[in-house]
Amino acid sequence: MKKHNKYNTEVTGAEAVILSLLDAQVTDVFGYPGGAIMPVYDALYDYMDQLNHYLVRHEQGATHAAQGYSRVSGKPGVVFATSGPGATNLITGIADAQIDSTPMVCITGQVHSHLLGTDAFQETDVVGISMPVTKWNIQVTKAEDIAPAIAKAFYIATSGRPGPVLVDITKDAQFGKTLYKYEKCESIRSYFPCPKVNEEEVSKAAELINNAQRPYILCGHGVLLSRAEKQLLDLAEKANIPVASTLLGLGAFPPTHELYVGYLGMHGNYGPNLLTNECDVLIAIGMRFDDRVTGNVSKYAKQAKVIHFEIDPSEVNKIIHADVAVLGDAKEALELLLPKIKAQKHANWLQKFTDCTKVEFEKVVKNAINPNTEKLRMAEVIHQFHQLSEGNAIVVTDVGQHQMIISRYYKFNQPNHNVTSGGLGTMGFGLPAAVGAKVAQPSKEVVAVLGDGGFQMTIQELGTIMQSNIPVKILVLNNNFLGMVRQWQQLFFDRRYSFTEMKNPNFIAIANGYNIKGRKVTERKDLNEALKEMYESKEAFLLEVVVENEENVFPMITTGASVSEIILE
Amino acid sequence: MENTYTLSVFTEDKIGLLNRITIIFTRRHINIESITASESEVKGVYRYTIVVTVSQEQVEKLVGQIEKQVEVLKAFYHINNDIMSREMALYKVSSDALKENELFTRIVNENHAKILSISPEYIVIEKTGEEREIKHLFGELEKFGMLEFVRSGRVAITKPMKTLTTYLKDLENKSKTTIKHFNN
Repeated sequence: MKKHNKYNTEVTGAEAVILSLLDAQVTDVFGYPGGAIMPVYDALYDYMDQLNHYLVRHEQGATHAAQGYSRVSGKPGVVFATSGPGATNLITGIADAQIDSTPMVCITGQVHSHLLGTDAFQETDVVGISMPVTKWNIQVTKAEDIAPAIAKAFYIATSGRPGPVLVDITKDAQFGKTLYKYEKCESIRSYFPCPKVNEEEVSKAAELINNAQRPYILCGHGVLLSRAEKQLLDLAEKANIPVASTLLGLGAFPPTHELYVGYLGMHGNYGPNLLTNECDVLIAIGMRFDDRVTGNVSKYAKQAKVIHFEIDPSEVNKIIHADVAVLGDAKEALELLLPKIKAQKHANWLQKFTDCTKVEFEKVVKNAINPNTEKLRMAEVIHQFHQLSEGNAIVVTDVGQHQMIISRYYKFNQPNHNVTSGGLGTMGFGLPAAVGAKVAQPSKEVVAVLGDGGFQMTIQELGTIMQSNIPVKILVLNNNFLGMVRQWQQLFFDRRYSFTEMKNPNFIAIANGYNIKGRKVTERKDLNEALKEMYESKEAFLLEVVVENEENVFPMITTGASVSEIILE
Repeated sequence: MENTYTLSVFTEDKIGLLNRITIIFTRRHINIESITASESEVKGVYRYTIVVTVSQEQVEKLVGQIEKQVEVLKAFYHINNDIMSREMALYKVSSDALKENELFTRIVNENHAKILSISPEYIVIEKTGEEREIKHLFGELEKFGMLEFVRSGRVAITKPMKTLTTYLKDLENKSKTTIKHFNN
């Protein structure tokens, strides 16, 4: 990468923003210009050969693109937006990044500092508004404070448990002059991103695992964030422990491995949920016991000793009491744990999972992937897409039934290939996140799998795909319903379908309007060939698959039920 | 079971940090009974004293969330036995109280209060003490006609002897030795 030679020269604050990003090794930015951030965009004009800027169609799209970028590359996503509405449009994406621990640096323009608090044009208190959903934020009113603030922002966003940060820069700070220097931030007195692993706790964990008859590993997003996939595999193999994954942990453990038992949660696999209440030692690694995973907490793994590997101390005992808590980086902790672990066999225990898999296959999977219905079903589409891509695509989903179908039927062979909105459940996440993922990994196939509802929440980002020529593949499963809400209405609200039916536009015509090729499939006989056409297309491509209107996702743990009360139909 | 807890939070000096901390309470629908903030014995380090009535489990989680904030150095929670705490109150009563001068003076003295100012219309009394003492004096003075009353938040000092500077040294080492970047 080219290096600028602006150190110790006088630059504007706006140029200092760009230079700081270059010094923070940033190569890509997603953003949208406007009045209060115009000086930064003006400075960017001189650095377009070093910093790629992607013009989105709505600021929310920029945040999700930055998230998609980060989730597949491990690098922080960077966002530019203007003050007022530009800044408030970032909030959903910031909240999503916060709850899903995604590093993101948002830079917003702000009105002149002398206008702060005067209700000036496009003034909004974005520092106040974003406070509950950022890991850290700051307002900068002087040019000389810009580089240190940005250095600190990157350090905080990417260290420990990652998260979004926001730097709000007044217009006078952008216009002001300063002598440019950049010092990488490497510690903050009051900030302890990664606790040192306590060996005593590791020994206690090892003892529990070594004496366990029915140990069980739950693998979360933290395994991916700390790059502990190999250590997890070693632990599971050495002690012969079954491994299940959370939604965000998918891809951290090889799905074809004999110890992999499936996916956890409300619509997860049968065995992983059911047997949570039969294990004797529950080993949670880099996960936070989200309510979609635990079901009713008062009936969750009560029989088990719980070991919690966790980087964020405030997560320990937040939902589930940990008998042993190993604080710190998962990779470091597992490396210390491994030599203390004895080789074991748990054949009978593993057999229970195998039996459950068989039951689930007979009752759910078989019919879902090979249905005798007239209309296509979501699972058969995803199953065929999985076979076609051999589990190697980066799959970005939106939120709802199609998301659960992906997590159940797409087997992610590689880490950091599953991009989805987990904790916040943000509809509209998928399309822009796929844009960001493709920018970060241009050599990989990136497929956005969307529902007809979520697609329309950020459909304007087709414009970004067109303008920046980003060959994202889009697979829309169209059931003309907000399917997940409709499923709940059917099951728990007496089939009163209150505002869940959708009258949809001609999606192919819309794609064509953006100069994107498209195809619509309604018949089973055309599906495979159409999926192939989409997947093998060199350009962006929209494939709309019309699926059964009223299909339900099973298994399911209903609200208030325990994981062991999971229902199959 | 709920109990009254006093939280001592040590922070860097940063605009908006108070907001960041109070959000933690409001988000969980917990009422802050009193809050005071001032610079501590260490320059640049601020000390917040926050009083809440919550369960032990809640207070532990609150402290965890507070400590998670980047600019918070350290947060502690204490039950009343672990601290010495005081509040300050000002009472403005009608000068009619002087008509019963003997009784009025006795109340002020017995409550270890102090008369700050006397004017033709009113008298201002100052009292420092624990919450129940302040409430008690309020009851005593009410009969003279209470014109105005204001009470400060709690300030508290802990009984254990570990000093803030020792903590700061520990913390500084901790923040330097455990750096780990997400994208390493």
